[in-house]
Amino acid sequence: MAERGWLENWVNGIVQPLYEVAPWIVHLVPILWILILIVGSVLILIWAERKVSADIQSRVGPLHHGPYGLFQSIWDALKLLTKEDTIPKQADRLVFCVAPYIVFLPAILAYVVIPVGNGLIAADLNVGLWYLVAVGSIAVLGIIVAGWASNNKWSLLGGMRAAAQLITYEIPMFLSVVVIIMMAGTLSLDQIVRSQSGGSWSLAPPDAPFLNWNCFTLPGMIAAVLYLVAALAEVNRQPFDLPESESELVSGFNTEYSGMRFGIFFVAEFSNTALVSGIAATLFFGGWSSPIVSEGEGFWRIFGDGVLWYFVKITILIYCMMWVKWTLPRVRIDQMLQIAWKGLIPLALINIAIAVAHVAWVGA
Amino acid sequence: MTGHPYLQLLIMTVGGILFVAAAMIVSWLLRPNRPSEVKASTYECGEEPVGSAWFQFPAQFYLIALLFVVFEVEAAFLIPWALKLGDFLHHAAAEGVGSPWFVVVEMAIFLAILILGWVYALRKGALEWITE
Repeated sequence: MAERGWLENWVNGIVQPLYEVAPWIVHLVPILWILILIVGSVLILIWAERKVSADIQSRVGPLHHGPYGLFQSIWDALKLLTKEDTIPKQADRLVFCVAPYIVFLPAILAYVVIPVGNGLIAADLNVGLWYLVAVGSIAVLGIIVAGWASNNKWSLLGGMRAAAQLITYEIPMFLSVVVIIMMAGTLSLDQIVRSQSGGSWSLAPPDAPFLNWNCFTLPGMIAAVLYLVAALAEVNRQPFDLPESESELVSGFNTEYSGMRFGIFFVAEFSNTALVSGIAATLFFGGWSSPIVSEGEGFWRIFGDGVLWYFVKITILIYCMMWVKWTLPRVRIDQMLQIAWKGLIPLALINIAIAVAHVAWVGA
Repeated sequence: MTGHPYLQLLIMTVGGILFVAAAMIVSWLLRPNRPSEVKASTYECGEEPVGSAWFQFPAQFYLIALLFVVFEVEAAFLIPWALKLGDFLHHAAAEGVGSPWFVVVEMAIFLAILILGWVYALRKGALEWITE
């Protein structure tokens, strides 16, 4: 009780006057929780990636820092922070230094429109989904710029491959998203989640609200597969890690980066992994809506709609991405292009026709 | 949450830049700085770097970029259509706007032209990666 009194005093004593003096302070709340979300998910993902890869390869993975090596990522971050930063003499210094900013920005900007929980969305833009696609394509600029400015042959090759890959896979990604827009009739991500979380009009039985998810319709199912394959390529993960293929290009576009500049690329990559899983969960798997009970009572309330399910869903999706990464070999650049131009894009166009039929006969 | 929703984007952009800048400054305070000629040279697997990396590279990357522009613009045109499709299919007849299938046929023609272009690119071999 004493502790609660202290907390109340603290809130009344500091937050309230602060709010009265500067009401704009509330605008800083979303950026704080988004930064915490990004940094937290990156720290956990680095550890999880190593543990999952170790498990798949019958190793044990990090062990020494903390229980089950949980603090390993913190030590990794400290190592990157205290590392000497070198900029090659021949590089274009200004552009070289700007590239990490361009790569990191889309990762944080995209989170603005992702509904993490019921009402937990920084800004519910009415063009949300379009904005998401637009912001997502900024990252490719940063990668090309990083590859070009380094004046290193590996970096240039990595940057060019990244450009070809990211723009190619953006098309199936965009076309699969269009299908969701057709079925939901809105661009707002909050509305898209709500359209999947059941309601009086819904066809699904009340004890199985998950049947409302977009992935349980034929066009939605195809779109989900297309999106997940394209997402693997968009975040440069195996089997589509050509831009930074270690065994051919040293480290690809970020070969010349060291210290925290490299760290920022690393953070952006892992945060993008969490981000595309979040988008997939939002668009196809019902976002924060619960698969079992939409309004529970008593104990079951915690399993109702909310933040819990968003994180459960992205955890499963991220695990699948890691599983794919450590199972499949890397594709060649010609195979990478064939998969997209001869496989995913025609399939995505056919899927739009299927979606028209779905909207016309099953109902929007 | 009061204020214009796009204000949030501005704050987020500034916040993102400040976050990266803060990481750089913290690392600048903590890290050692012992530059040397060798460290500042371009990494080429331990060999002496040969020439600059700013040279010509395959024109195929441009081809892909061109194809991308065509498809991406087309996808951008799809969005307003996709947004209103449900409304048209279910309410066009009731509001007397005409046949609900009009919008579908229109988009089919639009996409058919695009698919024709895709077939042309496919037949011309623009989608193959020439290794020589």
